[in-house]
This record gives sequence, C-alpha cells and structure tokens, in this order.
Amino acid sequence: MKKLLLIVLGIFMVVSFAASAGAKTFKMGLDADPVSLDPQVQLSGGMLQLSHWVFDPLVRWTQDMDFEPRLATSWERLDDLTMRFHLRKGVKFHSGNTFTAKDVKWSFDRMRKSVDFKGLLEPFDGCYIVDDYTVDIKTKKAYPLVLNMATYFFAMDSEFYTGTDENGQPKDAILKIGESFALNNASGTGPFIVTNRQHNVVLEMKRFADYWDTNSPGNVTEFILSPIKENATRVAALLSGGVDWISPVPPQDFARIQSDDEVKLVNINGGRIITFQMNPNRVEAFKDVRVRQAIVHAVNNEGIVKQIMKGTATVAAQQGPKGYLGYKETLTPRYDLAKAKALMKEAGYENGFEITMMAPNNRYVNDAKIAEATAQMLGRIGIKVNLKTMPKAQYWNEFDARAADMMMIGWHSDTEDSGNFSEFLMMCPNAETGYGQYNSGYCNPRVDELTIAAQSETDVEKRTAMLQEIEQILYDDAAFVPFHWQNHSYGVKKNVRAQPVINAQNFPYIGDLVIE
Amino acid sequence: MFAFIIRRILQAVVVMLVISLVVFAIQKEFGDPVRDLVGERVTPEERQQIADKMGLNDPFFFQYARFVKNAVTKGDLGRSFLYNKPNLEVIINHAPATIELVLGTALIIMVLSLPLGVYCALKPRSWLSRFTMSFSTLGVSMPVFLTAILLIYLFAVHWRILPSYGRGETVDLFGNGIWMTGLLTIDGLKHLILPCISLSTLMLPLFIRLIRSEMMEVLETEYIKYAWAKGLSPRRVWLVHAFKNTLLPVITVFGVQIGIMFAFTLLTELVFQWPGMGFMFLEAVNRADLSLLIAYLVVVAALFVVVNTVVDILYGFINPTVRIAGTK
Repeated sequence: MKKLLLIVLGIFMVVSFAASAGAKTFKMGLDADPVSLDPQVQLSGGMLQLSHWVFDPLVRWTQDMDFEPRLATSWERLDDLTMRFHLRKGVKFHSGNTFTAKDVKWSFDRMRKSVDFKGLLEPFDGCYIVDDYTVDIKTKKAYPLVLNMATYFFAMDSEFYTGTDENGQPKDAILKIGESFALNNASGTGPFIVTNRQHNVVLEMKRFADYWDTNSPGNVTEFILSPIKENATRVAALLSGGVDWISPVPPQDFARIQSDDEVKLVNINGGRIITFQMNPNRVEAFKDVRVRQAIVHAVNNEGIVKQIMKGTATVAAQQGPKGYLGYKETLTPRYDLAKAKALMKEAGYENGFEITMMAPNNRYVNDAKIAEATAQMLGRIGIKVNLKTMPKAQYWNEFDARAADMMMIGWHSDTEDSGNFSEFLMMCPNAETGYGQYNSGYCNPRVDELTIAAQSETDVEKRTAMLQEIEQILYDDAAFVPFHWQNHSYGVKKNVRAQPVINAQNFPYIGDLVIE
Repeated sequence: MFAFIIRRILQAVVVMLVISLVVFAIQKEFGDPVRDLVGERVTPEERQQIADKMGLNDPFFFQYARFVKNAVTKGDLGRSFLYNKPNLEVIINHAPATIELVLGTALIIMVLSLPLGVYCALKPRSWLSRFTMSFSTLGVSMPVFLTAILLIYLFAVHWRILPSYGRGETVDLFGNGIWMTGLLTIDGLKHLILPCISLSTLMLPLFIRLIRSEMMEVLETEYIKYAWAKGLSPRRVWLVHAFKNTLLPVITVFGVQIGIMFAFTLLTELVFQWPGMGFMFLEAVNRADLSLLIAYLVVVAALFVVVNTVVDILYGFINPTVRIAGTK
C-alpha cells in the first residue's frame, strides 16, 4: 500500500513539475503601482516602466547608454531637420491589429496633446508617414536629441483606441480626472498583456503569445506586480519568498539582503542628481561666490554617501553623471572644512549667519536625513540652519514659492542629456519660456547662452565642449550644492537574472528577464 | 425609541457637517493634489488650469456648498483624484478588507478574553493567571507597529509559515464585484492571521483585564453571597449569576472599542500592505487626495454614530433596568 502511494505521489510530482516547467510566474514588489494604463497621461518613472512592459518604443536605451532598435529597425538622418525611421514588419498589437506607420503617427500626435509630454515634444515639427513601414520625424530646428526622444515614442494601437466608449466619449481622451477608455484599457505591442488591475492592490499581466521579439531570452509567462509601500514590509516580502524582486531597497537593509542565502542585491548607477539650491534673492550672502563656495566646501558629500546612503550612490560634483556628454572628469568633490572656514572669513562672514532650509521627507532616498546632516555640517562654518522637512505633497508648493533660503531638489534628465539639467535647474528663471522652472535664483547669462546653443548643435564634439563648459562654470560659481547621483537598487531572488535587464533609467525590461 | 433614533440621526448630521467643514477649511495644509497628477515638466500655468477644472481654485465656501449640495441631493461624495473613481465606490471597495480584519480580530479577542478573563478572576493566584496578567501588560505597552514587524519577521521571514503582506486570494462574495472576501479561501485566511493577531494585541489585554476586574467585583456583591448561601453549584453561580452581569459593561466597551479598532487598523494595514480603508486613508493623506479624505471622514462619522446607536439599543435589551433616554 505504502509503495503504491509513493508511486502515485511520484507520478503526480513529475506531472506537476512538467506542467510548471514552462510557466514562470514572476512577482514584483514596488513602492507604488502605475497610476493608469494610459502611457501618455502622466510622465513618471512608474508609467514609463509599465510602458516598456505593455508597449514598445521605437528605440530603447541599453545599459551602456546606446540605442537598441525596437519598433524601429534602423534610422537615418536625411537632413538637419529630418530623421527617417524604418519600422519593423510583422508586429502585432495585443488586440490582433497589425502595427504600421499610422500607429506611430497617431501615438506621436496624441502625445503632443498631453500636458505632461508636450513640453518634451516642443522641438518637434511632426511625424510624417512615408509608407506603411517608414516615417519621417521632423524637428523645427536642428535638434541633437531625436533618438533620445524616440525612446519615448511608444506605439499605441490606433484602431483599438479609435471610436467612442459607452459614455459617448472618445476612447483616446487624455484625462487626468474622470473615466476614460484609455485609462483602463491597453493594447500595445509589448511582451505583456494586462489581465487584471486593481489600483494600489495588484497588476497582473501575462506574456503576449504573438510577441514579435522571438529572440528575447525572457521566460516570464505571468507577471504579478504588487505595490508594497512600507519599506520593512517590502524587504520582508522578498526575504520570506513572497516576491521575486523588490525595488527600491532601503539602504539600511542592504546588509540584511546581502547576507541572505536566497536573495541578492543588484545595483546600477542612476542619473538622478540630489542638490541643494541657494537662493540669492532671499539671502544677500548667497550673492557672494565665496560664501557659496564655502558652503559647498563645508558639505561632506562623500561622508553622506558612505554613512547615510550606505554606498548606494555616486558622489557628485556636477549635474550630469558619467556617460553624459557634459561630464567632466576633472570636476571632483570639494569637501575641505578648513578652506570653507577661510572662505567665510574672507567674505566677511566669519561670525556666520542664520538661514532657513527645506527638504521633502518622502521624495528621494533618505532625503530628510541628508538635509539634517547638511544642516549640521553648515553649523560648523557658523551658518545656523532652521530646517523644515515635509511630505512631497506639501513640499512642491513651498518650492514653487521659494519659501526657504536653501531648498533641496533632485533631478533626472528626461532626455538622458546634460542640457536638460541646466534648462530646468540652472538657467535664469523665466516665466515666459519656462526655463529655470526649478531654479532658486542663480543666474548667469553665459550658462543660458550655452544651454540654448547646445539645444540645436548637432555636432557631437562641439556640443560636448559646450556642455562641459557649462559644468565648469557651475562648478566655479558653486551654483548649487551637489550631493550624489542615486543608484537604483533591486533585491532579487538568486534565480532571477536581473543584471542583464536593468539600466540607468530604472526601466527593468522584464520582457527579457530570465528566471532559472 | 423613535425619538431616540431621530435624535441620533440629527447628531450624526451635525457631526458630519462639522467634520467636512473643518477638513475643507484646512485643505490647503495637506498640499496640492495636482502635483501628484502631473509630471515635473508641467508648467505652473497648466497646473492652474487643471486645478481650475477640478474646482480647487473656487472659494472655500463655494466648494463646501457644492459638496454638501451634491451629497444631499445626489448622494455623491465627490471623486477621488488618486483612484480616479467616485469616492463612495473607492470606500466601499476598501471596506470589506478592513471589516474582515476587524471581524477576525474581534473573534480572537472574544475567544481568548472571555475564558482568560473569567479564569483570572476565579483563580487569581494560579500561574496561568499570573502569566496572563504580566503578558497582557507587555501587549498593551508594545506599539502595534513593532508587534506587526516582529510577527512578520518570525512567521514569514524566519519560519516561513505565513505570508507577509496583502490579502492573498480573494473571491467575489455576492458575484457583483463589491465584496471581495478572503474568508473563503485557505490562502485568504492565511493572510488574515498575522494582521489579526497584531491588531488584537492592542485590545486583548484590555478586555482580559476588564473582564477580570468586573468579574471580581461582581463576585463580591450581595446577591452572589446569597447564591452561595442558597447552596448553588459553583458552576451555576459563576456562569449564570456572576458572568452574565459581568458582561454588561464589557459589551458597551466592546462596541466603542470596535469603532476605535477601525481607526487602529491604520498602522496594521500599512505594515501588512492590507488594502483596507486605513491604508486608503494614509494614501489619501500622503497624496493630498482631499476629496477622498473628506468623503472618508464623513462616512466614518456616520459609521461611528450607527455603531454607538446599535450598542445602546442592544444594551437596553440585555439590561431592562437601563432605559434608553427618550423612551417612556
């Protein structure tokens, strides 16, 4: 009897193993889930991640910051204003429709109507269909970042989104608030089809059987994304085997994950710079470059990376990280307390002064702790800091009002290009053009001039020189207090081969993920 | 009874009006909900246009009047910015998770506190009583947050016998998508265990102590002495004469505490990523979803009044000597 039972059990196990060998379920725990299924309604990291899972862009970033063909198989520059893209043939949407040039044009035109994206698309003139599998994308002026922008051109299924929904509203309406077909339904060409979505609870996807990229090694057949807000819970979910992948990993738990036998920590350098800006319109002393230099010299950003970030960030002395055109090797961190004190004395502030400082407490990794450390460090050169930290929901209005003398801001360049940092953070604030939207008041006409010139310089060498000059000026001017570029960290199970699918943009390409 | 209920309803209306008025008055302090809806590139003018469309720039009394009008005439409590659905629908979707959590906790509390409390009163010197009492002190003094994390690390990470987050597999109770229940699946029940235990650590000691002291007090009363003198069996004296009278204050407290427990689910739900109303509330605060906040507070106020009213009525049934004010 016992033997029989064993045999039956054995057969059962073999059968069930065989059945599960083909199906790989992948569970991911993130701090938040995508806000909708419409890739064009909100420009945020979470939405772009989803876009890479459910849709495909014309091209995408590789790990070494190059472009990889996706829906576009090749491209060529016809003239200063035109880039021609040749599109992939035989690609199907989830709905069964065939992907052609009209979908690219349709998606491009729709994107221009989106409040979140239209700023990014400002330099573009339009998308023109040449034939079913060729489009020309034209810019208003010579524009060096057409390919960078093509990473945003996700193709939506134009037929699927055309028409009206049961409320008589166009299916492709871009709505921030209210019901819209596109917010709750998706048809892309991407590796995964959304099967179930409960906002803030779960997002379930299954692999698209007719996915065009048959060379992809990816073997995830079911993909379940759960938002797990609380850091400790997210880490526990990974350690307990409840999920295969978590992100972000709180720095204080790195050691715990590294020491575990079943999970590992995977890191990649990211491009988000964390800075403090000094407002010269509020504090007379900040107009003096020596005072600004003193502050930059007083801040031990290497120490902050080591102690507070537990090594999960790269110390910065300029805006753009290594790999960006403007990156200048010679610009190095400047912590030197003695020099900082000397500079304060030279500027006539040896007795120091008092300032206010604000920072968010739930926006960047350890943001409030970084601010506290900074306040303390400035105390050493006689600057008394009154620090206030608050949730991001309140912080950004304070930032808009420039409500404190020093304010924290982190920035990631949408275009993965150095120029973008200066456009938003360092150009003289100008309400009309929108430049300097997040600048606390630093203003140097030369920086403006160079940034604008770099926008339409297509010669890489000349452009590099311009962008590097900007970084040098900002360094010499001590225009802002640089801290670090945040790394992206992922905690994954040992059998999940995360390394090949991650990138500096934090868009893990789960379609290509291999689970052993 | 009728007058009593009418009075309670009127009280509830006033409470709800005041709460919504207060939240409307301080809404600017919560932050700007538009920020959460747009990317960093969107210009201030465009943000203002969105805020205009959402009616956030109208004078506060105007907004308040509109809210009250819609609530009274259409039963419409507005629309959540975060979930992009009518507030009432969002709240109703999140309610089952919390209700099941509170039910499970209430069950644990009842099953454990009644026998333990009575035992501690009857045998105050036994080692079990001493252990229970000292353990309950520990339970009261430990924050729920810590208990929850400790439980997760022990049962989910270390021993790996229970899941650490979420509700697990749920099934549709009525087939209309409103009540997704975790009570009918093994997986769902497993997910319920840790959150319920951690939530119960707060109230369980309180009830053990309450039942114990009430019972001890009752045991000293004249009529119990009389019962002993009559020569009734200890079983009858303890369970019928003493226990029944012990229950009266316990039920009142239980009613109030169940209401309070809904509030305490906040932390438990956060730690266990439990998709209930407490979690929803925290999200609404974090993301400055004022519309949902106001609707939620109004619903909670209504709920509190209902629960208290029901308890008062029940109380009247159990103890006929207590007459509800307003009845003759």
